[in-house]
Amino acid sequence: MADSETRVVRTTVWSPGPGCHGGCGAKLYVKDGRLVKVEGDEDHPFNQGRACPRLLALTQYVYHPERLLYPMKRVGARGEGKWERITWDEALDTIEKKLKDIRDEYGPESVLFCQGTGRDIGGPISFLAYSYGSPNWVQLGLAGQSCYTPRLAAMSVTFGDFAVLDAGQFFVERYESKEWQPPKCIIIWAQNPMSGCPDAFQGHWIVECMKRGSELIVIDPRWTWFASRSKYFLQIRPGTDGALALGMINVIINEGLYDKEFVEQWTYGFDALKERVKEFTPERVSAITWVPADLIIAAARFYASSKPAAIHWGLPVDQCPEGTTVAQAITHLWCLTGNLDVPGGNVIARASHNVTTYPFDSHQLLSLYGEELVKKLSEKRIGAQRYGMVRNFRGWAQPDMAIEQILTGDPYPIKAAWIQTTNILGGQAADLRKHYEALKKLDFIVAADTFMNPTIMALADIVLPVATFAEKESFRSWWAPLSVVVPAVKVGECRSDWEINLELARRFNPEGIPWKTVKELINERLKPSGKTFDELAAQGSWEMPPEGHPSRPYRRYEKGLLRPDGKPGFRTPTGKVEFYSKTLEEWGLDPLPYYEEPPESEVRTPELFKKYPLIMATGRRSPVYFHAEHRMIPWLREIDPDPIIEINTSTAKEMGIEDGEWVWIENDRGRIKRKARVTPIIHPKVVMVPHGWWLPETEGKEPYLYGIWEYNCNLLIPIGTQGKSGFGGGAYKTTLCRIRKMEKGEV
Amino acid sequence: MKVRYGLLIDYEYCTGCHTCEVACKQEHNFPVGRWGIKVNEIILENFNNRVSIDYLPFPTDLCNLCSHRIQDGMLPSCVKHCQAGCMKFGPVGELAMEMEKKGKMVLYTPK
Repeated sequence: MADSETRVVRTTVWSPGPGCHGGCGAKLYVKDGRLVKVEGDEDHPFNQGRACPRLLALTQYVYHPERLLYPMKRVGARGEGKWERITWDEALDTIEKKLKDIRDEYGPESVLFCQGTGRDIGGPISFLAYSYGSPNWVQLGLAGQSCYTPRLAAMSVTFGDFAVLDAGQFFVERYESKEWQPPKCIIIWAQNPMSGCPDAFQGHWIVECMKRGSELIVIDPRWTWFASRSKYFLQIRPGTDGALALGMINVIINEGLYDKEFVEQWTYGFDALKERVKEFTPERVSAITWVPADLIIAAARFYASSKPAAIHWGLPVDQCPEGTTVAQAITHLWCLTGNLDVPGGNVIARASHNVTTYPFDSHQLLSLYGEELVKKLSEKRIGAQRYGMVRNFRGWAQPDMAIEQILTGDPYPIKAAWIQTTNILGGQAADLRKHYEALKKLDFIVAADTFMNPTIMALADIVLPVATFAEKESFRSWWAPLSVVVPAVKVGECRSDWEINLELARRFNPEGIPWKTVKELINERLKPSGKTFDELAAQGSWEMPPEGHPSRPYRRYEKGLLRPDGKPGFRTPTGKVEFYSKTLEEWGLDPLPYYEEPPESEVRTPELFKKYPLIMATGRRSPVYFHAEHRMIPWLREIDPDPIIEINTSTAKEMGIEDGEWVWIENDRGRIKRKARVTPIIHPKVVMVPHGWWLPETEGKEPYLYGIWEYNCNLLIPIGTQGKSGFGGGAYKTTLCRIRKMEKGEV
Repeated sequence: MKVRYGLLIDYEYCTGCHTCEVACKQEHNFPVGRWGIKVNEIILENFNNRVSIDYLPFPTDLCNLCSHRIQDGMLPSCVKHCQAGCMKFGPVGELAMEMEKKGKMVLYTPK
């Protein structure tokens, strides 16, 4: 309760803290300079007062006794856990000198700038990398860059923009908006939206649509809460989503269920697509995917005949083999049915008010950094020579190649890593051991984060303490509303990612950085909105795009709001939605979607399958954790205490495994242990192994590293399985394994 | 007669996100092990080869319906923050009327 001594700061949430991709509104209660409580902001349209467990546990995060509070340098060997407190000046001076020496001797490309998943980091870290001069900005460890980038690329080449399920999120009035209507049918494709804010989308928006009549088709190897409430549940074999999408297109085209007017007027390459999907009959697709043919047909008919209908998809799409082309096929579904940029369909999503914070695509990259720099950087970016999409879309280096290049030094040596807001060894790195061994070879490693973790313990030379969202100034335009992150408290000597990176960018590129403060930089970026940081903060931290603005729906292709020349149509080479992608063709890729079998499977590697007869899918989300974070937060850990494995009831019975027993999960790459959760929700031929598990309460020093060698499922997952585009295909959902009950005496 | 207040849960829409639990812990500063409300999971493999997954929050004896918040004109913390918007607070009589309109609801009357 806000008594006279308590101040309430209204802000928009963007990590660190809850950790997710969301942009919820929060009210931070501050007393005597200390955060005492957090509430959802009922006036903020993103969450309308609601909040998740991670936001509500924020005080335990901000004031956690183990939080990093001041810069440190390593004084023992890497992994010994011997650290000494230093000043910010010493930390920044050391970093500046070391990185400038490396730049002089080996070139700026010899430094990797590593981040974890999106959130409020892409902006500051790419800004720093480019100010230093390195093209190697990378989600190191994320095999195939298999998180959203493949889906973004697929949408971009198909219709020149991105789109999301329309839950009224572009309007202040939300579900009461007169312009909006709920989708009649929603396909939830490979996600459990209950667990958080994936891709700037609050999962519970779908619940509001359900209350307003939306019926569900759910595609997942696992029964989720949404699956249990679906009209059709397609329990799919992991990694085969591409075949299912092509099969659904086959049904929709052959039964004449597509939107003929939209296809006629606004699309290119329909006949080629029709030809391509001929071979994907429901019967053949059923054999590939485990989904009965009649269910494929029924789902395709229901989706295509419901108007409007929308698809909400998840990261497993990216982690299918050839993730980009899988996403392309799913994109075609909403284009074929005329559900693009219509109320209750898949609505085009642009950065709010055209404010760019984070280069989602090459258009934004060019507008942020200019053609000359982007071109120069593209020449040396790891993977850009091999992959047209890595060269031309978004600016990521290719992660699987980057880790190999540390080991080979070919075509040039990698000498240092800047690791910011990513716990590579505890989190995203597939083939964990290779990442550990390769990164150990680097001459210099800086890590910036909020807590000590296995990556910092094993590798860092300098550690920088990072501010949570409650302690910092930042901004957000992904997708709407445009919002600012307003500081409420100060903790230790923590600094925000923007603050750290602006200071270092200035040291690396004094002529190119005119801004003296983070707020000046933010105000510069906010210019297209006509608002300043302080103005947005004063009005509650957010603003929706105004009527008629290109970042506000609907049917912008009819109004000439999408193309740079102002003509109706789409930002593609033909000006149309391209089922046959001219851009992919130019990049040397198949212009049409296709299907590829997982790298390990009963079909592709039958001998291996005899030895390892279960499919290990990893990565199902917990509502109380974000990836490798939050295991040290008492209110959250209490709810989800153990690293588990979900095993189907019948499978467990065959193996004599009972609920709560410990098991080994094994393949040729190693073994880890997990506690069995015996449940009917997972397919009998699949086990689900949640990722991001390390135990902050256990020994951190080498060789233990908080238990990563015992519990981290990524030990069993290969790298180098990326798709032909360079993006997609990380085998996080499709690796084969076997499980074995732990015998007495084994630990 | 004193009006009795209650919590109405629409369990058709409770997703089991645990928000109510942590909202309650923050509001009352409960340590690990103490709960003012606890979410129960009911998973059954029974209906025509389908799996039913339901969640039902249960207010414990520590629940006082956030009386201090109510005095200030606010909702109980669990109700306010519920991500699914499936909880209601109010006089028991009014909440019972809501139950007339829709199925899959349960009404609690904490002490």
